[in-house]
Amino acid sequence: MEILLSLAIGVLTACGVYLLLRAQTFPVVLGLTLLSYAVNLFLFASGRLVEGRPPIIAAGQTGYADPLPQALVLTAIVIGFAMTAFVIMLALKARAELGSDEVDAQGEPHGDPTGEERP
Amino acid sequence: MTVLSDMPSSTLVIAPLLVPLLAGILLLLFRARELGGRRAFSQVAVVVQIGLALGLLAATQRGDILTYSLGDWPAPYGIVLVADRLAAWLLLITSLVAGFALWQACQGLDRAGRHFHVLFQLQLFGLNGAFLTGDLFNLFVFFEVLLIASYGLALHGGGQARTRAGLHYMVVNLAGSALFLIAAGLIYGLFGTLNLAHLAQLLTTVPVDNLGPARAALLLLLGVFALKAALLPLYLWLPATYASAIAPVAALFAIMTKVGAYAILRVSTLLLGPPAGELAGLYEGWLLPLALATLVVGMLGALAARSLGRQAAYLVIASVGTLMIAFGLGGREALATGLYYLPHSTLSAAAFFLLAGVITAGRGPVGDHFRPGPDVPHAPLVGALFFLCAILLAGLPPLSGFLGKFLLLRAALDHPGWPWILAMILMASLLGLIALARSGSLLFFRSAAVAGERRPAQTGERRALLPAAALLLLTLGLTLWAGEWLEWTTAIADELLQPRNYIQAVLGGTP
Repeated sequence: MEILLSLAIGVLTACGVYLLLRAQTFPVVLGLTLLSYAVNLFLFASGRLVEGRPPIIAAGQTGYADPLPQALVLTAIVIGFAMTAFVIMLALKARAELGSDEVDAQGEPHGDPTGEERP
Repeated sequence: MTVLSDMPSSTLVIAPLLVPLLAGILLLLFRARELGGRRAFSQVAVVVQIGLALGLLAATQRGDILTYSLGDWPAPYGIVLVADRLAAWLLLITSLVAGFALWQACQGLDRAGRHFHVLFQLQLFGLNGAFLTGDLFNLFVFFEVLLIASYGLALHGGGQARTRAGLHYMVVNLAGSALFLIAAGLIYGLFGTLNLAHLAQLLTTVPVDNLGPARAALLLLLGVFALKAALLPLYLWLPATYASAIAPVAALFAIMTKVGAYAILRVSTLLLGPPAGELAGLYEGWLLPLALATLVVGMLGALAARSLGRQAAYLVIASVGTLMIAFGLGGREALATGLYYLPHSTLSAAAFFLLAGVITAGRGPVGDHFRPGPDVPHAPLVGALFFLCAILLAGLPPLSGFLGKFLLLRAALDHPGWPWILAMILMASLLGLIALARSGSLLFFRSAAVAGERRPAQTGERRALLPAAALLLLTLGLTLWAGEWLEWTTAIADELLQPRNYIQAVLGGTP
């Protein structure tokens, strides 16, 4: 199980980083999502992998599953979900305003007085 | 209720979190048209936070470290908030900068979005929380709170430049957050705790097998904090974001890089002090060279900038470099200097951003680009303030920038590589001086040469200068009472170099 989980984390991270380095916003958002999946699995694994153990110590019980990483993962999932929602909205806004889904889209030449001077 | 009456000092610790959080939530309830009510409410909340920060400063003055355990769970198991001198000092600086930024925002810029004040208060909630929290995972949570508020604030006002910069800023920070979580997971996997005080205890006896992963986790943390602080290879997100944000938001953001600097300082003094054995001083070898390079690159960027906002952003990067040089040197004197330089750099950078906002508004179509344009209304007054700002930021005598730099140079003399450090700091100062002299002369002297239409001076525009002027007045206070402030920052440095008290205050009687 350890090998399977570490492989999954590794592959997810690799895919996430690869997509994060793309030039279009959609792959970048996808990459961020994959990266956060990998991170969540990693956090989960930081409490060691055990099967079929209760998360609460009781008399006569040998071994238990660490509940803290599970709480951490839940928090991380909630935060990651909110951030993903926000970044998708921002990507859509960028697509609408800049007229392109390039991450470095320059937009209309004279659209915005606050824009940087272009070379 | 008995807890409240028994321990008023510990409620003082959580109050700086509750006030902005509740204010932010209550601000949501105002109707769209009630802008005046929202402004007044937001301002009152910030004033209350300044009062709370002063209260904490007084409470920690004699070296007491206040803690607050949420839900009364004992320390390494529950969530704990810790207020020591450093936290109180940073809370005060944050709330002061926020006060003046809000003052400027309330002069009309907050109209552009309905939830400006909500986001502003939540940003303060995140900042205060990051300074007060006593464990690593909550540091992550508060980082996320302040970041998600800052995404909204950075986009305030809309427009292509903001959207583009905001997208970059957000993606970079999300990647940083992923790294933070990996570091936190690694540390929990190794030590079974995320409480900083407990970690400091456990780091004194790390088994040899765990040294490698521990080093990796702590260096990952350094990477994340360096990203937030905008240290050299990780600063690229900053200039566009700060330059495109509206002036009051950029002024508030001047404290955001300091959150990263604070986290580095906290981890390197609390976790990686001499008791950490093999791991002691893990950050020092990285910090100093990176900080020196950041300073030079920041000043070069300021020199190359083609607009005032971008120049101000690069000056923020340079000030982070100076600050991290002090933290990288590490001794008592250097830390005290760094902690004196921190409010100076934050306040003067915030003033510079506010002033840049006024200048941009006053120059009409030319905006803040370094091109000859129409005269700024009240040019002599604005010019004088700009001159004052430039003296502060370039570190010329007699103001606090010079004092900070002079003390830093003196502290650097103990370092074996002092000729290099001195040379780079002085060269960077020269670069900064040239950059500011160039932009000042372009903005205020070359303008007359162009037959631009001069806008009639309005009474409102003189009032717009007040927040920046008041901030500059505060830095004058920092200069005039430099001795007293240095005594205070030396006391902070002493406390940081004795992490035993912090650990005892948090963990109390637990083994």
